[in-house]
Amino acid sequence: MKLRKSEMAAIGSGRGTMDSQNQVQSDTVDRLKLLYPNVNEEETPLPRAWSTKDKFSYIGLSQNNLRVHYKGGTQGPGRRPHLPYLHLRLWMYRHGKTHRDAASVRATHPIPAACGLYYFEVRIVSKGRDGYMGIGLSAHGVNMNRLPGVGRFPPGWDKHSYGYHGDDGHSFCSSGTGQPYGPTFTTGDVIGCGVNLVDNTCFYTKNGHHLGIAFRGLPPNLYPTVGLQTPGEVVDTNFGQQPFVFDIEDMLKELRARTRVAIDEFPLPDEQGQWQQVLHRMVSTYLVHHGYCSTAQAFSRATGQPIDEDIASIKNRQRVSKLVLAGRVGEAVETTRRLWPGLLERDPDLLFLLKCRQFVEMVNGTDCEASEDGANGVATSVISHTGRPHKRSNGVAADAAEEGGGRDVDMAPAANGDHEEADASSQRASVERMLAFGRELYAMSQKLSQDLYHKSMLEDAFSLLAYSNPWDSPVGWQLEPVRREAVCDALNSAILESQGMQWSSPVEACVSHARSLLRRMSRASLGACAFADLSALLAR
Amino acid sequence: MQQFTVFMDIESSRSYIDELYSSDAVKVMEALVTLKNSVIGSNRQKSSVISQGVVPRLLQLMSEESLDPNIRLEATITIGSLAKGTPENIDSLIEKGTATALVEMLKTVPLGSKLAEAALCALRSIFSHKPAPVDALPADMRLLTRLTQIAREDSQEARTSVIRVLAVWCSGTVEQEALTCAGACSAAAAMLVVPPRSVPSPSRLVPALELLAAMCFKNPNVAQVALNTRHGDKSIPELLMCLVSRDKPLVVALKAAKCLTFLQRAGALPADDSRIVFGALPCLARLCTKENTEDIRASAAEVLAYLTEVDTSLQRLAAISNHLMSSLADIVNCQSAAAKQGAFKCFASLGANDEDIRKMIIETHGLMVHVVNGLNNPDPCVSLAAVRCLHSLSRSVQQLRTTFQDHAVWKPLMQLLNDSPGPELLNVGSSTLCNLLLEFSPAKEPMLDQGAVEMLCNLTKMSDPALRLNGIWALMNMAFQAEQKVKQRILCCLGTEQMFRLLGDSDTRVIMKMLGLLRNLLSTRQHIDAIMSEYSSQVMQAVIVVLEGSYPAEVKEQALCILGNIGDGEKSKDLIMANEDVLRKLVDYLAHPESKLQEAALFVAGNLVWRGEAGAAARQQRLAELGLLRALKLLRASHHAAHLHDKVKTALAQFNEFT
Repeated sequence: MKLRKSEMAAIGSGRGTMDSQNQVQSDTVDRLKLLYPNVNEEETPLPRAWSTKDKFSYIGLSQNNLRVHYKGGTQGPGRRPHLPYLHLRLWMYRHGKTHRDAASVRATHPIPAACGLYYFEVRIVSKGRDGYMGIGLSAHGVNMNRLPGVGRFPPGWDKHSYGYHGDDGHSFCSSGTGQPYGPTFTTGDVIGCGVNLVDNTCFYTKNGHHLGIAFRGLPPNLYPTVGLQTPGEVVDTNFGQQPFVFDIEDMLKELRARTRVAIDEFPLPDEQGQWQQVLHRMVSTYLVHHGYCSTAQAFSRATGQPIDEDIASIKNRQRVSKLVLAGRVGEAVETTRRLWPGLLERDPDLLFLLKCRQFVEMVNGTDCEASEDGANGVATSVISHTGRPHKRSNGVAADAAEEGGGRDVDMAPAANGDHEEADASSQRASVERMLAFGRELYAMSQKLSQDLYHKSMLEDAFSLLAYSNPWDSPVGWQLEPVRREAVCDALNSAILESQGMQWSSPVEACVSHARSLLRRMSRASLGACAFADLSALLAR
Repeated sequence: MQQFTVFMDIESSRSYIDELYSSDAVKVMEALVTLKNSVIGSNRQKSSVISQGVVPRLLQLMSEESLDPNIRLEATITIGSLAKGTPENIDSLIEKGTATALVEMLKTVPLGSKLAEAALCALRSIFSHKPAPVDALPADMRLLTRLTQIAREDSQEARTSVIRVLAVWCSGTVEQEALTCAGACSAAAAMLVVPPRSVPSPSRLVPALELLAAMCFKNPNVAQVALNTRHGDKSIPELLMCLVSRDKPLVVALKAAKCLTFLQRAGALPADDSRIVFGALPCLARLCTKENTEDIRASAAEVLAYLTEVDTSLQRLAAISNHLMSSLADIVNCQSAAAKQGAFKCFASLGANDEDIRKMIIETHGLMVHVVNGLNNPDPCVSLAAVRCLHSLSRSVQQLRTTFQDHAVWKPLMQLLNDSPGPELLNVGSSTLCNLLLEFSPAKEPMLDQGAVEMLCNLTKMSDPALRLNGIWALMNMAFQAEQKVKQRILCCLGTEQMFRLLGDSDTRVIMKMLGLLRNLLSTRQHIDAIMSEYSSQVMQAVIVVLEGSYPAEVKEQALCILGNIGDGEKSKDLIMANEDVLRKLVDYLAHPESKLQEAALFVAGNLVWRGEAGAAARQQRLAELGLLRALKLLRASHHAAHLHDKVKTALAQFNEFT
């Protein structure tokens, strides 16, 4: 039962997904989302700008915090810089300057491992007086107030700081001395910094040319970092909002291909390697699970897979599922009561879910329970008279129709032929019936455990009544036929479970297992998760 | 069908081999099938069958158009199987005219037939053998058109085979042009398309890429055609650009980068074309990195060497790409000769023009040791590549003074050049030597002890003008500010006879360097007098030969400069003064329309009339008599010689008694 709740939670969270999808459509394309599709920004936000807080005061930010300039300090000699991540003080040591001048800034967020391959570019707008600029990565939280004076710092005092310096082209890796790495860079150059989160390496590019690997064995959770030291130094940053100078897509393709080969060639013990058998079993159980009765029977005949369930039982489930998917939830509830007595009574959460859906379908005008037996006394929804197209059985077709209809006018009477047939009094009656049903539903919810999930589900459903055109409202997503699928699955699972069978099919279990493994990989900073494209692997 | 056993020996195979010659088609067919089955996969069986003289009969069965197509097919497949045998097997097949017979057959067999496919397979196997019987395939337009048609339209197997054959066959300009006319570019382009979401297949792509590379190599016309050939919505460079990407098999990326390189070097793409700068070059630099196999790295280095051979901007770009320097240094460490050769060549190209890159190369850890070892490598290809690398690096003054000295690079180099080297090695090696003998090079002294002078003098006697030039050039460099004994040794070793021969050389550059050598020999007063006391007549004669001969102005200028140097000697002045002929010429040159000759003559005159020296007055008088003073005054008045006025004044100032 616990497991099913989590499943239902997943249904609920679907709203969030929908919202953000709408956002993407309305905004200009978010290039970062395309670059790093496997990053869940709710968990691990992407660096999109420089941090206004995590920087030393000599650093000035402008242009949406993407431009960094050196403004220097007017502070007295006692003040010390906070964030010289990139060993800038070491330059000053070398160049006979005081490290007091150095200043760095970190991005707002660390690089999520699920990026797989992370990349950002910095354009040198001006090299300023001396061009002592460093571009790289650093870890969070070095206490800068304890900065020792130049020449007295103990080794490794600022672990996990990596930079490529413009004045000498050297790379610095948490140590006092630089290694010859690449060419120098100056005004007009575009320097890119790439982090391979699969191999944990870092490379740089100059004007679109790969300079080779600079660092290996990088720790997780590094921040993009840039450091400046002399007046007039200005750099612009592209965290991926704009096209890069370097062809990062080429490297992404390589890593994707590599990960795919690694998956394909992963050695399996013999007893698990009998793919044909396993796949047949998976297909068969999937068909049975979802009640594709004839297909399952045909497949079973062709492959010799046994079917563990009664054909009649499968057909029954199929019937109920069809009712839910057609939006006829009231009938589905009645049928379930008849065929599996006691099931819904034992599972009030499920019943509530079904009733909520029934309410939504009433608004939709698709729940025609009343016309058949009148038990609940709820007729076709009043709002159905506003001319929603009635062909809602097929999700895709309905979606397309919706797009056209939803944007029309709200409840424009002239636009709808069947409106004229509507009788004002019967309208009122159906509204009343709906309200009665709503009250019943509310009473039911009061008896359930008062968790946020149930509450918001009910609120969302009731909110539909507040709009003259619910399809075009902010809660209109509930009316989409595709929303029925989750309800249908929940009911199907419950029936199966009550019959002593698994509530989810092995295929789905396998996919969600793989998904959850990918999420775990992401949390464990294993960058390869970015390139294990589940849908592509399944499509094969 | 006769039962086939693995242990079938020659005696037991007699019977069916006899059947091959039967007039009964059924028996022949049975015998063929048995024969085919017996030779598949067994080199021993192949050798035995060939030694029994079956090949001519097979060729006959294969080519006879009146025969049952199935018999022809089986015969062709059997030939194809034999062609997969040992090199000796293939040799004897070629000897018996198999290649020609297959080509003849291809002229008539219907396209798309099994027979055509089998014939192409057999031909491909034979052409994979080295040396391939390229003569068997004439540059006949009708035949080539037919073959390219197969390459465009036939089954995948046939297409791949024919392209492979053509790639081997295409080895010269004639073949390149003929194939282009026959439409091979578009046939290759069609093979280069990788459908989206499919895995690119090297066995399909590589032959097409090899054909394209072979066709474009050093051929601007073909490269231009390739540039403009399209398949679908993409031109050949665009198709290649897709193939150099990181997700393609390495060998495909390598060959595609090679094609782009050849297109660039043949002038079809500019050096700054994005498909070179962001396609071929980074791809090759990536293929040179440690992660890849030795043969990929070796080939990549070799192609990169060719790509960056001349263009400085590409050299600079390659030098910073993907740690190429350390990748190459690592390739030098590889065992195979091909790898070492590729890396040295690449270093040579990279360091050709840019001093900073040379510095980077030298600073690459332990590289010089490897170059020196490379010079000593028994494989002539490796030592040649090492010399090329050294030559490139020897253009750096700093390296000549430091690293080269530290590693005594001249030792193995001298050894190589003394050890009957090939013409190419001799050329590059002597050019390097030339640089090593520059005045500031500390290697100069020890090289003399190794017999450098003798070797260089021998070089000047070579029939190749490039070698003569290198020899005399090196001698000139050696003589510059050298000790007197060195100069004596050069003069003595070269001999006056050879000197005059070089002055009459067909190559003006050789004459220039010869005169340059004389100038260097005749520098500093003591040396001038010492040398002139011994060789005065020859030197004066040489100068007169040049001044009187029909030489270009810059050669005569050199001769006048030699006179000027002689005029700087204390006793040697008299040699000039004694030669009225020369003096008259000098006066004439002061009025010569060529200003650099005027300047040179002025330099001679200035030295002769210099006041502070013994006998100056007498010389001034003599020269004034010959009209020198008048010539100088004219020069002073001339507008054209305004830049010489200061020198003219200085010279005139010496004549104060006369003015």
